[in-house]
Amino acid sequence: MPDTSHLFTSLPTWQWQLLLAVPLIPLVGYVIQIFWGKHLPRQGDWLLTAGMGVVMCITVYMFFIARGHSSGEGYFIAESLRDGFGWDWLHRARPQAEGLSLPTGLMYDGLGAAMLAVVGVVSFFVHLFSTGYMKGDRRYHIFFANISLFTFAMLGLVLSDNILFLFIFWELMGLMSYLLIGHFSQDPTSHRIRQAAAACKKAFMTTRVGDTCLLFGMAMFYFLLPEHFNELVEQGKIHADKIGGTFNFTLLWQRASMVVEANGGAYPIWMTTAGLFIFGGTVGKSAQFPLHIWLPDAMEGPTPVSAMIHAATMVAAGVFLLGRTFPLMSPTVLAVVAAVGGFTALFAATIGCTVFDIKGVLAYSTISQLGFMVASIGCGALGLVAGLFHMVTHAFFKSCLFLSAGSVIHGCHHEQDMRKMGGLRKKMPITFACMLICSLSISGMPLFAGFYSKDRIIAAAFGGLSLNFNGGTFAATVFLPLAACLTTFYMFRLIFMTFFGEPRDHHVDEHAHESPWNMTVAISVLATLGLFGGYFWLMHPTSPLGAHGTWFTEMVDWRTMYPGVDLTRTNLAGMAASVPHAAAHGGSALHEAGAAAEHLAHFYHGFNPHVTAMIASLAVLLIGIALAVQMYLRRKWNPAKVTGALGEGYVWVANKYYIDEAVQATVIRGTIGLAAIQRWIDENIVDGLVLTVGRIGKALGFFSAWFDKHVVDGLVNLVGGLTQAFGSIARLFQSGRIQQYVSFAVAGGILVAAFHLLT
Amino acid sequence: MGLSAYLTVSILLFTLGVICIISRRNVLYVLMGIEMILNASSINFAAFNRFNGGGLEGRMFVIFIIILAAAEAAVALAIVLNVFHLFHSVKPSEADLLRE
Amino acid sequence: MSNTHLQRAFYTLLALATLAAMARGLAVAGAQGLLFHGFAALTLGGAAMCIWERSVVRSAFSLMATFVGVAGLFLLLGNDFLAMAQILIYVGGVLALLLFGVMLTPPDLDERSLPRIGGATALLGAGVAFIISKVVGVGVRTWAVAPKLPEPTTRARDIGMAFLHPEQYVVAFELAAFLLTVALVAAVYIARRRRVDFQGETASSEGQA
Repeated sequence: MPDTSHLFTSLPTWQWQLLLAVPLIPLVGYVIQIFWGKHLPRQGDWLLTAGMGVVMCITVYMFFIARGHSSGEGYFIAESLRDGFGWDWLHRARPQAEGLSLPTGLMYDGLGAAMLAVVGVVSFFVHLFSTGYMKGDRRYHIFFANISLFTFAMLGLVLSDNILFLFIFWELMGLMSYLLIGHFSQDPTSHRIRQAAAACKKAFMTTRVGDTCLLFGMAMFYFLLPEHFNELVEQGKIHADKIGGTFNFTLLWQRASMVVEANGGAYPIWMTTAGLFIFGGTVGKSAQFPLHIWLPDAMEGPTPVSAMIHAATMVAAGVFLLGRTFPLMSPTVLAVVAAVGGFTALFAATIGCTVFDIKGVLAYSTISQLGFMVASIGCGALGLVAGLFHMVTHAFFKSCLFLSAGSVIHGCHHEQDMRKMGGLRKKMPITFACMLICSLSISGMPLFAGFYSKDRIIAAAFGGLSLNFNGGTFAATVFLPLAACLTTFYMFRLIFMTFFGEPRDHHVDEHAHESPWNMTVAISVLATLGLFGGYFWLMHPTSPLGAHGTWFTEMVDWRTMYPGVDLTRTNLAGMAASVPHAAAHGGSALHEAGAAAEHLAHFYHGFNPHVTAMIASLAVLLIGIALAVQMYLRRKWNPAKVTGALGEGYVWVANKYYIDEAVQATVIRGTIGLAAIQRWIDENIVDGLVLTVGRIGKALGFFSAWFDKHVVDGLVNLVGGLTQAFGSIARLFQSGRIQQYVSFAVAGGILVAAFHLLT
Repeated sequence: MGLSAYLTVSILLFTLGVICIISRRNVLYVLMGIEMILNASSINFAAFNRFNGGGLEGRMFVIFIIILAAAEAAVALAIVLNVFHLFHSVKPSEADLLRE
Repeated sequence: MSNTHLQRAFYTLLALATLAAMARGLAVAGAQGLLFHGFAALTLGGAAMCIWERSVVRSAFSLMATFVGVAGLFLLLGNDFLAMAQILIYVGGVLALLLFGVMLTPPDLDERSLPRIGGATALLGAGVAFIISKVVGVGVRTWAVAPKLPEPTTRARDIGMAFLHPEQYVVAFELAAFLLTVALVAAVYIARRRRVDFQGETASSEGQA
């Protein structure tokens, strides 16, 4: 195995301790809050908010440390286990075999640093916002406790250095999402108890499908990777010692890429399957096409929850997972990723144009933006950086949009229907300004944060198409610009309907007022980040439109993100087949990767997708704004007429393509139907069979009694008895008695043991 | 005495525990059966630990099993009280809502 | 045969089996064999009595014999710390809890003395007998056994150090402590008398979105 330890940065212990404190502070806060929160002054909200403030300071401080490391030598990745800071779960006193031990530590690299800082900042401001928004809620202290535990899980997920712990935190986030979406289902005075309960159940069950896929994928890598690796070692294709299974990210990257390189750049089939399973986890958590149905319903939760969990952090965790497992993904998987992401982006954007609920628009917008990120990662290595980049910028402006929407809802006394709003810009000037900034940002207005990331995604899609033409990159290239156009349209539709024009409902309008300071401060800071985030760390000070040498690209670079892995020889083998083997040049791994990358960059420059992409994104921006202005601001084109002209198509979109109905009709109905069929079989066929056979036997016996009493009667009784016994055995299994279930379980165990002992 | 002797005792104790769970008509016997099963596995761990050359792992497992048993007894007692409250009976055969 | 006769026969059989086992142990392996068979008989006899006995209180007390027997087996295996922990926690804690359970639930007067040894139980017994014969006969010989048994360490200090050593079991230890706390709180929570929720509380909340 090549020695890659020189690529890892070593951090002093006190910095690791600081990083460990990051997830532990919310955890301690949770414990205090859940036990004593109700009795603390102000129900303990100040405690958790202050704790999150400390967390934010640490994450930002550590971000600058990471930034300092990464600007120098290029590689920045640190693992606490290498610095002797970590634990050994399932510790074995005699380490003869790697088999059972599970060393666990923290991992801190450029991607982790950026994500950690984003989560820290967004969580603090969401906490601050919640102190105003949730005021007077019946379960105020529980809300704060839950959101704090959620933050713990998210920070732990970002810091974990192996996929098993990532999965544990992933599941914990799923649980907290369930509890927070269902927050109002426990409140007897809420009028949406049923909806909230149904929504949280739906979110939990739907994401569970993806989580199971992720678990399968993990298990496949744990068991099959060492098997395949050791096989190649025996054949002499890999010169290394034999290995056991591992969950550690860096080991997985290196070993998987060694296997792929030994195979001559081709991914084995099992790795494609496992990669698809892992992507299944992303599909569930990041609400991609077949499993997106839970996210719009999740808006039943309180708005700060939507801002934090369902816009900035948890749904981005799926994209983060893709970033962490990118070297394990074969080109086939990436094509699927790009196709699913691109389709989701366009599909959700069309629905977003028809929704009237202010949070619903933002929910579909989130799905669409997540589709952008996923599609971008599917387009290859440059797209990987662009997608992660968009994840970071999106976290700021989308959380700000949600919080602003929350501010509007708060100001309008919990009215969410945009048709009843209008003309609010004078009554809520700060909210209006923040929402406008973030809408421009998400639409990709130049010099706003969203422009840099979205432009880069579209460039990556164009580049991916020209390098590697397949269904996925084609879908991404076609769908993404269209989706970007619709993004602009629905965002400005929201702005115009809510803040411009005449007030449409006097009741709402009379009550409308600006929100208290803690809410406006939170949204203003986030809006500033959504605006200046672009200048701050996405853009080079001297060349505002250039794409090189920025903070983010220096910290998150596909050449240095995965130490010891050369993506040009594995993931991009199909894309850059012409890249000469840089090993001939000698030199460090960075140099090697750099040479290959130079070549790739040359290819890009010959085509220069950046210019094309910039033109395309500006064009779609203008088209979108123009459409929205015509329809909703100047009222030149009556929206009702437009929808009428669209006819049946509009009805389909407005009903969300009937996906919920389809799922209800197929999956849920199917399950219930299957149960009904089984019951029918049980009641009619099995029972009927027993009875019929018995009856026939009896009749036969009766008629043949005179002929041969003994033979036939005996036979009949045998048949009847057998069938009856059969029926009663089948019935036994459904007794509901624990003792019987225990005996079945033990009998099963005995059978397994006997099988093992006999064979 | 060799390993097999201890394993035999462990298997027999396990069997008695299972019989205790499935044959008696009182929830408390289910608890007792579970304790027997846990003890059987403790014997197993201790015996393997001893005959594989000593060390700490097996003992640690036994200690954690004992901890688990203590926690389980407390929770199970609470559940028994609740079952009694709900069904007005401590017969496990009457608590058959799982059938529904 | 009446119940009393059955009872008497059962206990006589149990005592005879114990004596026979101990005698055989003495003949085969000397004092250690005697002790082993004695403790094994205590363990299994206690469990058998627990199943057999009519009254729950008696069953619970006969379970004490099982716990003490297992502690004795731990002693023979050179783990005096485990033996102490076993007696302290099981006899002192778990058994006391079980007795509380007996006291807090009503006696079941129509409980039959004989447990229902049905076909299923018999089948289970047969399966287990089969596995014993296999394990004792074939399995053990193929398992790795240390060539020379080490001296049993009698120092609780080692275990304590391992618990608190940051590279060994400290996380598991803390988790176990946490688990116990949660279990106790949960037990109290589950067992408490339940009020009807939300009764008499006046609605004042507006926070919903």
